[in-house]
Amino acid sequence: MTAVQSIPAKSGAAGAAIFPDSDSRKYRYFEPRSKRATHYEDVTVDVQPDPERYLLQDWIISFPNGKGAYTKDNTAALSSNWHAFRAPDQEWERTHYQRQSKIETMVQSVIANGRKSGAPKGFDKAWVKILQNHLGAWKHAEFGLGTSLMQAQRYGYTQMINNATLTNSSYKLRLAQDITLYLAEIGMDIPGFDDAAGKRMWLEDKGWQGTREAIESIMGSADYLEQYLATNIVFEPLVGELFRSGFLMQVGSPNGDFITPAVISAAEADYERNLANTIDLMHLLVTDNQHAAHNKKLFQGWVNKHVALANKAAAGLQPVWSQPHSKPVQYADVRAQSVERIKKILGELGLVLPKE
Amino acid sequence: MSGTLTLNKITAQRGISVGDAAKKIADLGWNPSYVQEAMTFPTDYKIAKAPKDPMKQVLRSYFPMQEEKDNRVYGALDAALRGDMFRNVEPRWVEWMKLFLAIIPFPEISAARSMAMVGRLAPGEDLRTGFTMQMVDEFRHSTIQMNLKKWYMENYIDPAGFDITEEAFGKCYATTIGRQFGEGFITGDAITSANVYLTVVAETAFTNTLFVAMPSEAARNGDYALPTVFLSVQSDESRHIGNGHSMLMSMLKEPENHLLLERDMRYAFWQNHAIVDAAIGTFIEYGTTNRDKAKESYAEMWHRWIFEDYYRTYMLPLEKYGIKIHHDDVQTAWKRLTEKHYVHKVAQFFAVGWSANFWRIEAQTDKDFEWFEHKYPGWYAQFGDFWKWYEKLSHRGQTNILFNGDVGYVYPHRCWSCLVPCLIREDMVTGEIDGKLYTFAHELDRWTAVEAFAGEYQGRPTPAMGRFSGRREWESVYHNVDIADAIKDLGFVRTDGKTLVAQPHLRFDEKEMWTLDDVRGHILKSPLLTLREMSPADREKHLADYRKGFTINPCN
Repeated sequence: MTAVQSIPAKSGAAGAAIFPDSDSRKYRYFEPRSKRATHYEDVTVDVQPDPERYLLQDWIISFPNGKGAYTKDNTAALSSNWHAFRAPDQEWERTHYQRQSKIETMVQSVIANGRKSGAPKGFDKAWVKILQNHLGAWKHAEFGLGTSLMQAQRYGYTQMINNATLTNSSYKLRLAQDITLYLAEIGMDIPGFDDAAGKRMWLEDKGWQGTREAIESIMGSADYLEQYLATNIVFEPLVGELFRSGFLMQVGSPNGDFITPAVISAAEADYERNLANTIDLMHLLVTDNQHAAHNKKLFQGWVNKHVALANKAAAGLQPVWSQPHSKPVQYADVRAQSVERIKKILGELGLVLPKE
Repeated sequence: MSGTLTLNKITAQRGISVGDAAKKIADLGWNPSYVQEAMTFPTDYKIAKAPKDPMKQVLRSYFPMQEEKDNRVYGALDAALRGDMFRNVEPRWVEWMKLFLAIIPFPEISAARSMAMVGRLAPGEDLRTGFTMQMVDEFRHSTIQMNLKKWYMENYIDPAGFDITEEAFGKCYATTIGRQFGEGFITGDAITSANVYLTVVAETAFTNTLFVAMPSEAARNGDYALPTVFLSVQSDESRHIGNGHSMLMSMLKEPENHLLLERDMRYAFWQNHAIVDAAIGTFIEYGTTNRDKAKESYAEMWHRWIFEDYYRTYMLPLEKYGIKIHHDDVQTAWKRLTEKHYVHKVAQFFAVGWSANFWRIEAQTDKDFEWFEHKYPGWYAQFGDFWKWYEKLSHRGQTNILFNGDVGYVYPHRCWSCLVPCLIREDMVTGEIDGKLYTFAHELDRWTAVEAFAGEYQGRPTPAMGRFSGRREWESVYHNVDIADAIKDLGFVRTDGKTLVAQPHLRFDEKEMWTLDDVRGHILKSPLLTLREMSPADREKHLADYRKGFTINPCN
């Protein structure tokens, strides 16, 4: 026996003594998805307990209907293993703040530099109206999705699902605020800019009512997975990307605006991550060894419902494409792209795009 | 001298004020007209007035601020390793972190989830950003704490217990208390849980002991990682307190809420006291090796933060809005901490059950005795012999203290409400729910379970109120089971298949470490099931004896 084993350890450091499990330096209560657990898995898996795993005494407080804090029937989807999901973006607090903070810094720098150079005054006049009315209305759509996902993150059966939904909500709410403050700031540089016009458009303009209806339908769903699917699998490709990438980002600079595309660009990167998370989760469910058929049917129903709403929303926005002086893209082209995009997404899940 | 030239003067441009920004952001919401939001978290409260956001919170400044805070935290963790912190850390302290850090990430993430509940109930959008930030904050707290725990596991001499942490959280007889705390944030009436229990009481009052007192003690034990993480966590709490207070103010406007607020303030204060003081009091007083008589005891800190700060400046002013405040409850809690030695009895209970734990508990020694007697007069007469027994029985070959008749300790009944056992024996009461007998640590615990968590309160229907459920008495899960089999079933065995994760000492030497064979041969019993099986006469006698307490035999 070595000296280090025979005397009481003087040090509290790893390796100061050798005894059973003195080298057990990995969490050993869950199966990592790959050979080694990722940092994300270590800080996420099993923090939300489950009576079917380690919750020995079951949930110890219940709602008046007898249900515990988390139950599987918060969604109509079924899974033979809810714990299998790992978010591909591997987000935990540190990566989330790093990313959000960098975006905020970038957005603020772009706005500050743009304003310093007097850029907003050089925006095409018709474009200014578009920003005021339509980007102003759009911020409410982003906000609606953010609050809807904030609600949804309460319901998922595992920590992995809920945290992915939570960060999605955080990204959406950040974007809604970024747009709000951006418009308020350039509004100070543009005489006559009406900061309140966007909300009026959102609430009253005929063209925006389809979008508002689509958003409110997502907000009004009581099934958290329907909210998550409708947001990322349907609304985002058919309306979100269509309006952000297919309009704001491409039409801005030909109309003298290099700020808006940069402010909006972060949202597209956000969406890529959120889409990856959503597809991964939905893919697990449509390929579940027990419930694939049930889930596929359920999801196709949700897709049908929300695609109809999203199509109506996109059609309502069509006239916006004809409003700028410089029209580098046509609605029909970007719409065709967005239809291709959703087909690809649905194809990954074995779902089909309903006919219009 | 003329005005100095600064970069700011050259580059400054007109911006919007924070107040303006917050106002514009609050205008992002609207009342849906196509499809109404589903009100999936019911409450019996009426909330008509939109709460105001006193903090004027904006995500644009929030994210960079939080990233900066994170940079400091992770920088400090790196520095701690470079400075060889673990060479000087006190293992007595880090062992208790196995329990603390097993518990706390779940209540934290539950708080994130609960923001969904209050976010939808609060009319208007003013406070929505505040709730959003709190949601992301709580996500921060939960994962930053999991990270800290992983860091301890990777660098501390004995990682066992950290390595099974979330599994242990779901199973241990001590973490059950923490589960009551965390589930309390997300289950039942949405305002009772997510506003009053979580924000108005737990965060506003008790995070001071959790996140300020604990770090101070950590630092005294050579652990400067925990203070770095937890003081950073605490720096988010002032915003949460603002959220809670604002929501509370809007509820106060409705007189019909007052009865429910009185109920919930009472329940939340009492149960936070019972749970948080049990856990944090034990960590601070028994996890430390620092016996500086000049430092404040847990009771003294409690008086400063809970009694002076919270009770006097937060709870009392609610009376002017017509809320009945139960002053006696605060005084009773104070007496439990001082005259009735609540924390010491909890530590004693944890120590008695060491073999079914997942961390090491070291015996208290002469140096500790002197400090305890100084801070809590009368301590030695009640607890001195117990800790001598504990030290004596910490060696393999001795009979496990849980079953050792020589000691004189009587295993306690579990409180059906707070889930801490009925340790202040004379205060123990019983009660019935749906015709079944239960035990409670105090009359207020009985009131909580029987009267507050019910479908009606003082004649008023309360259909949204939660219920206590599940197999709440941990002991009943292993009724009539050999302790060795229970420990195995719990998974509290090291990977060699025989050595216990828990140990009653800090001797890091295989020869000294207890195995399943060292504890086998003793049967666990559920005090509650046993009590129910008794005849009425036997039961009365048992309860009378129980309330008389027990005497620890001298240990020579």
